[in-house]
Amino acid sequence: MKTNVREAGGVQIVELKGKITIGSGDVQLRETINKLVDSGKKHILVDMKDVTTIDSSGIGELVGCYTSVTNKGGKLKLLHLPPKINDVLTVTQLITVFDVYEAETEALSSFKG
Amino acid sequence: MNAPQPSAKAGPIRMSLSSRFENIEMVQHLCSRLLEGRDVPEETRHWILMAVREAVANAIKHGNGQDLSKHVHLEMDVVADTLVISIRDEGGGFDPSRVEDPLAPENRLKTSGRGIFYMKTFMDDVRFRRHASGGMEIVLKKNLGAIKEKEENPA
Repeated sequence: MKTNVREAGGVQIVELKGKITIGSGDVQLRETINKLVDSGKKHILVDMKDVTTIDSSGIGELVGCYTSVTNKGGKLKLLHLPPKINDVLTVTQLITVFDVYEAETEALSSFKG
Repeated sequence: MNAPQPSAKAGPIRMSLSSRFENIEMVQHLCSRLLEGRDVPEETRHWILMAVREAVANAIKHGNGQDLSKHVHLEMDVVADTLVISIRDEGGGFDPSRVEDPLAPENRLKTSGRGIFYMKTFMDDVRFRRHASGGMEIVLKKNLGAIKEKEENPA
């Protein structure tokens, strides 16, 4: 998996590309988010548009990231959720946990509330 | 390594893999090849491959503890329109009835414990048993004929 972090309107946008699966991408996701949290960043938007595959380990890491950001008083939201990843989050009822956006501008605005 | 090349009349695929996560992709590829030429919608194929991924990952991680001296034993076949996949590890086994429900509110935000749930969601039948030669065996089944019938005669 490849990651790219950019900032827009005080929000860290984490662009993920590739697979978030066991032994490949799951730990990388955690490290990327932890690095942001450790440096005091509290508004994180994870862009999932180019994520091709996710498994239960990837979902677990996503949940872990959500918890660690929330516990530090921050917010982690999701952007551009591919349909199959949406399905995977839906069946485990995690879709209700995450704030999910289809447009970046709308997602960025939501952090201002 | 030369992976076996399945075909519609080849019979079961049997293989033993070392406990490396890299092997998950190969198992998915073989399963995908096994489904080639069969009337399985892309969506269904995707979820079958996810269930297979979860089963092999469980065997490597929880069953064999990523011990490279231990193997994952695999058998895949389509019998009378039913895809049957058997995956066995060489670990100490576990009690499937004690696996926690990932949908329970207290488990919702746990970072693990969803693999078996996904398998059960995406396959028609998922069974666990302790194998006679040791280790835990999981058997996943998907009725491919039922998918075709459902597509041809939607409710």
